Amino acid sequence: MDEILDGISQIDCDVLVIGGGTAGPMAALKAKRKNPEANVVLLDKANVKRSGAIAMGMDGLNNTIIPGHATPEQYTKEITIANDGIVDQAPIYRYAQGCYEIIQELDSFGIRFQKDQNGEYDVKKVHHIGTYVLPMPNGDTVKKALYRQLRKARINISNRYMATRLLTGEGRIAGAICVNTRTAEFLVVRAKAVVMCLGAAGRLGLPTSGYMYGTYENPTNTGEGYSMAYHAGADLANLECYQINPLIKDYNGPACAYVAGPMGGYTANAEGERFIECDYWSGQMMQEFYDELQSGKGPVYLKLNHLAEETVAEIERVLHIVERPTRGHFHKNRGTDYRKQMIEMHISEIGFCSGHSASGVFVDENARTSVQGLYAAGDMANVPHNYMLGAFTNGAFAGLDAVDFIKDVDFAKFDHGDVEAERNRVLAPTKRDDGIPPNQIEFKTRRLVNDYLQPPKVTAKMETAQRRFAEVRDDMQNAMYVQNAHELMRSLEASTIMDCAEMAASASLYRTESRWGLYHNRVEYEKDDENWFCHTLLKKGENGLPESRKQDVKPYIVEIEDDEKDAYDKQRVQPTEAAE
Amino acid sequence: MPLAQTQTSVPVVVDDDLCIADKGCTVCVDVCPLDVLRIKDMAEGPKSKTAFMQYDECWYCMPCEADCPTGAVTVNIPYLLK
Repeated sequence: MDEILDGISQIDCDVLVIGGGTAGPMAALKAKRKNPEANVVLLDKANVKRSGAIAMGMDGLNNTIIPGHATPEQYTKEITIANDGIVDQAPIYRYAQGCYEIIQELDSFGIRFQKDQNGEYDVKKVHHIGTYVLPMPNGDTVKKALYRQLRKARINISNRYMATRLLTGEGRIAGAICVNTRTAEFLVVRAKAVVMCLGAAGRLGLPTSGYMYGTYENPTNTGEGYSMAYHAGADLANLECYQINPLIKDYNGPACAYVAGPMGGYTANAEGERFIECDYWSGQMMQEFYDELQSGKGPVYLKLNHLAEETVAEIERVLHIVERPTRGHFHKNRGTDYRKQMIEMHISEIGFCSGHSASGVFVDENARTSVQGLYAAGDMANVPHNYMLGAFTNGAFAGLDAVDFIKDVDFAKFDHGDVEAERNRVLAPTKRDDGIPPNQIEFKTRRLVNDYLQPPKVTAKMETAQRRFAEVRDDMQNAMYVQNAHELMRSLEASTIMDCAEMAASASLYRTESRWGLYHNRVEYEKDDENWFCHTLLKKGENGLPESRKQDVKPYIVEIEDDEKDAYDKQRVQPTEAAE
Repeated sequence: MPLAQTQTSVPVVVDDDLCIADKGCTVCVDVCPLDVLRIKDMAEGPKSKTAFMQYDECWYCMPCEADCPTGAVTVNIPYLLK
């Protein structure tokens, strides 16, 4: 295994779904069920059985809209406010209307959700305004349940193929160029529609531990969707709205206020005091978190040691079985126990991820990108705060629309020169006798991301980043060296990470105001609604460099009252008169 | 630029006595999202093959341990963040 082989083959399909994590399987299932005659191919860089952000499962649905607990209008309002107003509400509203049906469908797959004594969904309040969090006590079964459905529906699965570039022609999508991660053989997939479900750009910043793969996101998610969409000429939205999350320090997994919060746990400073009103992840909350870390009251901790034994045992049972189960090993090594002491937290490296923020490939309410026949869903598509249930629901919308789109089209013709050029680009590091290995190119890029792009954002630092990225890119293109197919995969990831780093710098420089709390805190600029109450769309310019433009926020479906707009700006706990 | 070999301790440990790679099992290699596990030939001992971690690129996510049919795989926390 890993020996570099020379080979290229071609297959045809109606709908190509790239990425078999969360959104991808649902897109493939929905497309196939709507049109059983359609040839649907699901491609993954890893193995669909255990790929993506939820490889080991998930501890809950963070954004359910269940009748009796929340309404689509209320949820749309909440997410609009949490995003400082910069959203197109149509995709959020459609998600909010459609997600209950998806929950029932997941339930029918055998994925169980927490119910109360009356058999009703046991929804918890974590957000600032509404009640949307539904725990999944057996959330470790998600991937297995999905895989059973894929086999039953006879979806064609291709594991260990990494898509490297999309093919376009006749002004629309034509397919994708892929490389086998264990043999370096090429696969050209001609497709009438392509659904991208490639996850977050999670290997962008470098974790403070220095371990390159100790990221918050599954490190397989290197932002290939962002990079491929960019090179195919699609629009990407609000990339300056980074993802930054509050995590268990060093372990870099979620502290899980969403699990522990409803049971009485909370984020505290070194004095054991609450300093934020609401543990729901938002840029404004992260700014307070950052301020507390920088103040004399840091570090910041997850506080559970005031809770009863049975409550802590239940929290432990959930947190140490699903999503990131090695968390139990981590605490055991450290000798830390939720019962005895508070657990130190820190903030994550930066990334792009609409699952938790709003930085993604621009899509409408049908998950259509700006390239005809090309769809995006899940963490990489800019439906804000869409989490796992958003990936499932928007993946479903993408699959359903894609299978309608293919009815009236044939394969688009593409330039075969594009395939040859891509082969040359991909294989260049295999043609040298020595040089710089991909892990050094990647480390340097990510170290520069930390040094110069992490908020608070400073213009001169971001411009320095651009100059240094150009130097590393030059090394990557002219001196990178790989010895086997596995390293070739890493070299392609390094290239994707570089693309994302350059987009992050460019998008952040373009928006000359501060917005979304810490996510886009530009210290030289105040928030400026007059000039910047808009989306920013980035695409590949004629000169091959990122180019940004403003786009109006579409008229709201659900109006926001003036006195509601700043609900998320009031995160800091105010001392009461009695306390003073 | 010439290359050097740098040593690193890896987080995933396989118990060769329990591993059944010699019977054709590749479950841990198949499920790893980062594709860092491989099967190698054994020079000595009763087993002809065993699984091992070839690349130190681990998310300590645990499918290899959870899905191993014989309980041969243990995922430790990588040293740098332990």
